[in-house]
Amino acid sequence: MKIGDISYRLKVPLMFTLVILITASVVTLALTWRAYEELREEVFNNAVEIGSVLSNSLPNTMLHDDLWGAYRLVQAAEGWSGETSSRLLVVLDRDGRIYVSNSPKELAVTTPLRVHGAELARVEAEVLRLTGNLNPRPYEYPNDRRLYVILPMLSDGVAIGTLVIGYDRALFWPRFADIVERVVLSALLVTVLLLPLGWYLGNRMVKPLGHLARCMSKVGRGSTEEIVCDLRQGKDEIGQLGISFQQMLRELDEKERLESGMLASERLAAVGRLAAGVAHEINNPLGGMLNALNTFRRYSETDELGRETFDLIERGLQQIRETVSALLVEANPRSHSLSPKDINDVRMLLLADVSRKQISLVWHNRLNAEIALPSTPIRQVLINLSLNAVQASPDGGAVHCSVDSQQGLLRICVINDGPTISRERLLSLFEPFSENATGNGLGLWVTYQLVHQLEGNIEVKSRDGKTQFAVELPIKEPQ
Amino acid sequence: MMSTAPCRGMSGSKRKMTNSRKTVTGFLFLACLLLAGNLLADAAKTYRIGLTAVILTDQTSFLKEWQDYLSDRLQHPVQFVQRQTYQEVTELLLSGDLDAAWTCGYPYVRHRDQLKLLGVPLFNGAPLYRSYLIVPATDTSTRAITDLKRKVFAYSDPDSNSGFLYPQVSLIREGIEPRHFFSKSFFTWAHRDVVKAVADGVAQGGAVDGYVWETLSRHEPALTAGTRLVSQSPLFGFPPLVVRKDIPPQHFYALKNALLKMSSDTEGRRLLQRLNLDGFSEGEDALFDGVAESVRILDGIE
Repeated sequence: MKIGDISYRLKVPLMFTLVILITASVVTLALTWRAYEELREEVFNNAVEIGSVLSNSLPNTMLHDDLWGAYRLVQAAEGWSGETSSRLLVVLDRDGRIYVSNSPKELAVTTPLRVHGAELARVEAEVLRLTGNLNPRPYEYPNDRRLYVILPMLSDGVAIGTLVIGYDRALFWPRFADIVERVVLSALLVTVLLLPLGWYLGNRMVKPLGHLARCMSKVGRGSTEEIVCDLRQGKDEIGQLGISFQQMLRELDEKERLESGMLASERLAAVGRLAAGVAHEINNPLGGMLNALNTFRRYSETDELGRETFDLIERGLQQIRETVSALLVEANPRSHSLSPKDINDVRMLLLADVSRKQISLVWHNRLNAEIALPSTPIRQVLINLSLNAVQASPDGGAVHCSVDSQQGLLRICVINDGPTISRERLLSLFEPFSENATGNGLGLWVTYQLVHQLEGNIEVKSRDGKTQFAVELPIKEPQ
Repeated sequence: MMSTAPCRGMSGSKRKMTNSRKTVTGFLFLACLLLAGNLLADAAKTYRIGLTAVILTDQTSFLKEWQDYLSDRLQHPVQFVQRQTYQEVTELLLSGDLDAAWTCGYPYVRHRDQLKLLGVPLFNGAPLYRSYLIVPATDTSTRAITDLKRKVFAYSDPDSNSGFLYPQVSLIREGIEPRHFFSKSFFTWAHRDVVKAVADGVAQGGAVDGYVWETLSRHEPALTAGTRLVSQSPLFGFPPLVVRKDIPPQHFYALKNALLKMSSDTEGRRLLQRLNLDGFSEGEDALFDGVAESVRILDGIE
């Protein structure tokens, strides 16, 4: 498992622990070093103290060769502190031989110090090396069992022997252990206190990232509008990420909307051209056929059967012509200008259906003067949209219509609370004879064609139980 | 011989009294004067007794009890005087600072012309003891003092028979010059410390008063357990209590009485038990012939 695979939820507390461990180690090291230095100093001071106490009596016993007296002094000196077993006292004569020691069984009287192992041999060499030096001095060698202090024993300023005091290094261990124990306990305590904090911080950091990751995995798989990504917004990195992501979503949304709008309008344009072409091609022969049929009926004698047949043919041809002319939408520019009354007329037309379905109709007609737009196509558009809305609304529902003109635009907005139109249906909503259309399926097609011929645009949004059709038409200033 | 002399003197003077009444009355008069003077002097008399390391002198509470006991029996204060060495105590006795001293047979033999026996302790029923040669318990090979060549040896006191004289003489008898036989020798100034020096390993051999070693083995078995008894000397006269020859007779008898009667009362027996002794005897000079023989041998060498 790589470090990169571990969740930040774990990594952050782990990092906390690591930092605590490193700090604890450094603190232990520093404290231990300090304790070692202190203890060395303490040991040296202790040795010098013993040396100064013995400095009168011990040289005297050596001068008088009173071995027993010297042994008793050394024993008494050893007995001062409780840690007798860890301290070694050896009195050497001028030749480095043991005059007396506090453990005569191991360090026998009269034997040279060097025969008692390499460590004491080094001590003897050190004692003999600096015989001229009459000051107490510490002696330390790596990995030795003891620390030594060498104290020359003076009688009237002349060294007549040397007192060597050895302190067992094992003496230091309890102190080291104590320090380590304290630091470890503190570190554990801090760790225990900080781990939940680390977990909390890790979570806090990771939560928006995980949320973002889940959001991003949804991008491209569905409508961007369905991606609800509630990222914290702020000025820190995560906040900026949230802002950027929201912006990206908006831009994607916009792009998708534009693309689908363009696609739909291109298709509708193609369908329109096809419809117009087909209608034109049908209308020419259709007109001829109807003329011929008319002439034939007027100037020929036919029996009953013939007359019925010709009537049937004529009705069929008429139906074809109506259908074709319905496809071949043409906004009549010659109609009079749009007046507020035209809008209210439409409302009157709706009232029957509205009252039947007990729909609450909100009608905002904000026009207060004539507008330089042909009234017939606009009335057609408003009728189509508002009738659709009333039909789509459930019984007792609400329909909202508003018409106003602002900044050279006529805006028509129709909202109903009928069922949401699915995304797939929205794509082909304005196409003629679309599968799910009610009626002949030409209402929205006609509306679309009319809006386009007036150089406006129409948009539909269907979300959360609300469907809105919005139409914008540019108002052309009269020339 | 010396110890019995005063008794004979007494019976002699009785005979003289029957011989001449005049002399008797004159003598009586003189005696009365002397007695009166002595009684006056005795009113403030303190018996000063020197102690040496022939016994375990580090038992201060015991010595206090014994001192009180003797004071009670003598009807006079008794003061024990301790000194580091036998020599100092001997000198104090000879110079008249002490009335009596418990010292070793060796100083007694040396100063026999000025001293007489006051009493000889009874150890294991007899006024006799031995010198012990001891080595550390870890040393299992030493069989005799001659095995300790070039070793460190602990003596107790240069005036001690058991702790110095006997080991020296036993080496001389083997034809060895004692001074250069050991690599080092030293004095501990007390028998107890010889045992400690050997047990601690400061010395690889030591000579100790057998009575002290036996007593220590009862009081401080841990200490003697650190040592091994290698050999025992022949019997010698036990370190005696001695007085100057010129001690006033009534003091001599009073002291002697107090010592000899110790074994006949409870408190005295209790104290003797603490000393690990059975009592005190009058003792005979001949007890110390063995010591005198050793002195002759040592002096012959020197």
